[in-house]
Amino acid sequence: MVRLEDITLSYRRGENPALAGLSCTLEAGSFTWLMGASGAGKSSLLKLLQLSVRPSAGKLFVMGAPIHSARRQALPGLRRRIGIVFQDFRLLPHLSVLENVALPLRIAGRREAQLMADAQEMLRWVGLGHRMEARPEALSGGEQQRVALARAVVARPALLLADEPTSHLDEAQARRVVSLLQEMHRMGTTVVVATHSAAMTEEHPAPILRLEHGRLLSHG
Amino acid sequence: MAKRTPARAKDPLGLRRAVSGWLLPGLVAAMALLAAIALGGAEAAEALARRWEGGAAAAMLVQLPQGSDPAPAAQQLAAIPGVAEATAMDQARLSALLHPWLGDATGLPLPAMVELRLTSTRQAEAVQQAIAEMLPGAAVEAHGVWVARLSALARSLQAMAWLTLALVGGLAAAIIAVATRAGIAARRDTITILHDMGATDGAISRRFAGRVAWLAGCGACCGLAVALPLLFGLGQLASPLLGGGLEMPWPALATLVPGAALIAWVTAQSAVRMWLKRLP
Repeated sequence: MVRLEDITLSYRRGENPALAGLSCTLEAGSFTWLMGASGAGKSSLLKLLQLSVRPSAGKLFVMGAPIHSARRQALPGLRRRIGIVFQDFRLLPHLSVLENVALPLRIAGRREAQLMADAQEMLRWVGLGHRMEARPEALSGGEQQRVALARAVVARPALLLADEPTSHLDEAQARRVVSLLQEMHRMGTTVVVATHSAAMTEEHPAPILRLEHGRLLSHG
Repeated sequence: MAKRTPARAKDPLGLRRAVSGWLLPGLVAAMALLAAIALGGAEAAEALARRWEGGAAAAMLVQLPQGSDPAPAAQQLAAIPGVAEATAMDQARLSALLHPWLGDATGLPLPAMVELRLTSTRQAEAVQQAIAEMLPGAAVEAHGVWVARLSALARSLQAMAWLTLALVGGLAAAIIAVATRAGIAARRDTITILHDMGATDGAISRRFAGRVAWLAGCGACCGLAVALPLLFGLGQLASPLLGGGLEMPWPALATLVPGAALIAWVTAQSAVRMWLKRLP
């Protein structure tokens, strides 16, 4: 699903690279925890995987496509097959919860009647069927994160990325979000979750990709 | 029955709020007003130039040698190529024309005169030469020089009107580019989110361009609505100079609204696409 070969990522010339010499493979259908201290490069790696940045050096393959050399026009199609859950939710405040969830389907050009049915189903799946018309600001942090998760998975992505999805949530909400991520994994989606929480990784055992100062410390 | 999509769902970028619904149309309305007045001015200058070139410049007054009979001379002159009409001026009319200068001095001998109307001002020189050959000693009074100057003035006014129109178009494009950039700045995060979800540059720029073109079109409609009565009024004022009412440049005026929308569409598309190029 994802292959990194000697990847380096620098945001500015002359600065220390955010990622250096990173090589690893994430198999299709796998669940991977991404761990490391702040500044270890977790967010940079997720940005690479969600195709928000391109590697400065090395080769990156996502769903078989060579991202390091792909034409810019080829990327939107790949991005539509990747779901992202941001740490800060990044819901659009001027849209309702339902419209936020329907957004990836609308971008993908789905028919109006079908996309609304899918978005409603997804909101019911995350337990927010009763808040469809609410604006994001009216929801709690946990509810907003579940909306963000519903939006990330509504288009049935092949790869689901989550950046510290539980960092702003209480324990119960965090458990709920993680169990939803695992449910996606059970349905065949490749899932990568960045987290600080060792307790969570112990509670839900899965391969861990550990980063330190932008380098791969261990994977397994 | 399928539920109607809420309007805001069709506006995921929230452009209804990000790109002001008043400022941009207001500025485009002012530009359209100026453009309409410039078009009216260009049309009026064109009509004036036409009238001067085809009117006074095409007239010629021939003073016949002493003792000549104006009637047969007029017949002779009418046969010259380029002369549309030759009229012998009778003594009574000549006296009336000269009355302000000569008063009632009826004893003075008046010259025999023939009025010519040429088919075109371009024939003036050839006609003058033919008169000199046909009627040696005849004096010709042509108005070509001052009419040519007036005509050049009218043509310059017309050129300035077109220049004004071009400037207004450029200014409108600049205003639209600034408004679009303001909209991009206001929705930077939203654009980035949509981009990360796989929205293409074309899809994002189309939404901006559609909104901005709609606002510019509305603004141009308002500007045109204000301009039309003004143009009619100016046409009435200019009618004595034009020998009739000003003919409205309807085809050009009709292109103002689609023109403004097109400028807005193209400007917004290129501004948004240029900005999106920063994203991978």
